[in-house]
Amino acid sequence: MLRLESRPQPSATMAWLSPLLALAVTLIIGASLFSMLGKAPLSALAVFFVEPVKNAYAWSELAVKATPLLLIALGLSVCFRSNVWNIGAEGQFILGAIGGGWVAMHATEETSKLILIPILLAGVLAGALWAGIVALLRDRYNASEILVSLMLVYVADLLLQYLVYGPWKDPAGYNFPQTITFAATTKVPKLIRGFRTDIGVLIALSTAAALWVFLFRTYAGFQLQVGGLAPAAARYAGFSSRRALWIALSISGGLAGLAGALEAAGPLGQLTPYVPAGYGFAAIIVAFVGRLHPIGAVFASLLMSMFYIGGELAQSRLGLPKSLTGVFQGLLLFTLLACDTLINYRIAWHSSAKPSPQPEPALPKSSVKSPGNA
Amino acid sequence: MDGIAPLIASTLSAGTVLALAALGLLINERAGILNLGAEGMMLIAAIAAYATCVHTGSDTLGFFAGALSGAVAAACFGALVIWFNTNQYATGLALSLFGAGFSAFAGIKYTQEKLPERPRFAIPGLSDIPFIGEALFKQHPLVYLAIALTVAMSWFLSRSRSGLVLRAVGESPESAHALGYPVRRLRFLAVCVGGALVGLSGAYLSSVYTPLWVEGMVAGKGWIALALTTFATWRPARVLLGAYLFGGVTMLQFHLQGQGVNIASQWLSMLPYLATIFVLVLISRDINVIRINMPASLGKPFHPTT
Repeated sequence: MLRLESRPQPSATMAWLSPLLALAVTLIIGASLFSMLGKAPLSALAVFFVEPVKNAYAWSELAVKATPLLLIALGLSVCFRSNVWNIGAEGQFILGAIGGGWVAMHATEETSKLILIPILLAGVLAGALWAGIVALLRDRYNASEILVSLMLVYVADLLLQYLVYGPWKDPAGYNFPQTITFAATTKVPKLIRGFRTDIGVLIALSTAAALWVFLFRTYAGFQLQVGGLAPAAARYAGFSSRRALWIALSISGGLAGLAGALEAAGPLGQLTPYVPAGYGFAAIIVAFVGRLHPIGAVFASLLMSMFYIGGELAQSRLGLPKSLTGVFQGLLLFTLLACDTLINYRIAWHSSAKPSPQPEPALPKSSVKSPGNA
Repeated sequence: MDGIAPLIASTLSAGTVLALAALGLLINERAGILNLGAEGMMLIAAIAAYATCVHTGSDTLGFFAGALSGAVAAACFGALVIWFNTNQYATGLALSLFGAGFSAFAGIKYTQEKLPERPRFAIPGLSDIPFIGEALFKQHPLVYLAIALTVAMSWFLSRSRSGLVLRAVGESPESAHALGYPVRRLRFLAVCVGGALVGLSGAYLSSVYTPLWVEGMVAGKGWIALALTTFATWRPARVLLGAYLFGGVTMLQFHLQGQGVNIASQWLSMLPYLATIFVLVLISRDINVIRINMPASLGKPFHPTT
């Protein structure tokens, strides 16, 4: 009989192997999906995993999409590590775009290039304030941060629509729901001439480095993680869970807002109802696939960006719907969670006649502890 | 006065979407499982029911397809969280994300399709009463089924032996296990039955309430249903009342827009979401209310030790 046996120690190898295993399973399911749709599975998979890294231009496009994903996922990693379930990053991203866009709209061609700094700061502030509502309601009124943050996504989306259909609509825009095109000085500077990649990539990468230091080399970061892993131990040590809540939500809201402002002043150059592209939700997957680790998130954001570009290519080259991206993203998270089981458990064969002694499962919280035979 | 009867009627209809989903989630949660995948399950069920309806022309088959697809999606979730001990929050989120992607993918052909002529319902006799008949007795059978289900579930949870066992599984799985109840199998059963109800709600949404298939049409109703179970302090009758209340808020928004109130439509559309946040704050504010009513092991994994 096949059964799960808990490992005496969580397996470090599996922790790294699990995302790769999950990717492999997703690919197998994807290949069978393609053949069911009547496409050659291998060439269809190549659209997803070879085309997006074929040449320098493709890499640049990959980085353009990976930047917001990485920034948001970094913040979410901090949140999830401290056991704060912020799933409304999409809303904080929208608010960041609104905040950054508001500053950018006031710029003229004479404005200094340094206007970019207030634009990005406004984005960070707007995103952090939006997440601050979640923190406030959780802290003062004990309202579930999952539901509040999610509800605020819809509110943010409607707020954006109100602005672009109403007071912020470009008077010379033929009645299209869009703001004016921001002055050229607000544009986020490009890294290399001829490619769309801008300095947002550098900002995202240095944020990853900074968060690594924060999480693993500072006392505040340590406190956050203890609060997430062992709330009782954190309480005993006198670490404030309220403080952790506020820090985690401010960081993740601020970073999502930064991503929004970079997107508005970078690739978009104006606000439209299509600012939200699902990055806030895809970043949840990025955070988990990246093992809630800043360095892991860098690789995971590239992978998720491949899914986005692959979906677009599949639409233009293979005539498949773009929504395939969402199917793959969801599948990947599902298989990842299943594979993660192998970190704490191993699969073992047992003849049903002679059950071997079962060590105590290494589960937090609810499992009853007994003198272990581990 | 003219607008009131249709407003009540549409409130009941809108409330039924939420009531069915929230009752399904209630069964899950009473068994100790928090399923954040409601939004995804509703989307999958909505397109499954719609497609079945388009191809077979039968609403009944559509409802079956919706309930079945909801149950299957819930079973995937249940297998992972119950036997593989995955994190319930993350797994539910995965289901919601997958459901959004999958339904958009599967539904692409159906955005242009129309359903066969929608049947009209009226209870003979009662529906002829002025005002009341218009408001209450010209509804789809599922509206009355939701009410019947609420009554049945209240009885089941508080009066029946199996309901007691289910609650024990949600409150203290260790004790239930020690008494010899198959905790994990019971939880799995609850997840599947709950998923079927959530699926039925999605089916009702796409084939009766709207009736259309639009990508992402559930628009947060799965999440609102999740909030409703907290709002109702995990009691079926209050779930139904809460669902009608929210149905009312949704309808009020359309009503006000129809009346030409001078507020941008986006502000009115925010109402259901803001109302959800408001009631969550209202009910969660008193931590004791939550502590007394919430199933004690909600969201916690259970792994029996041999």
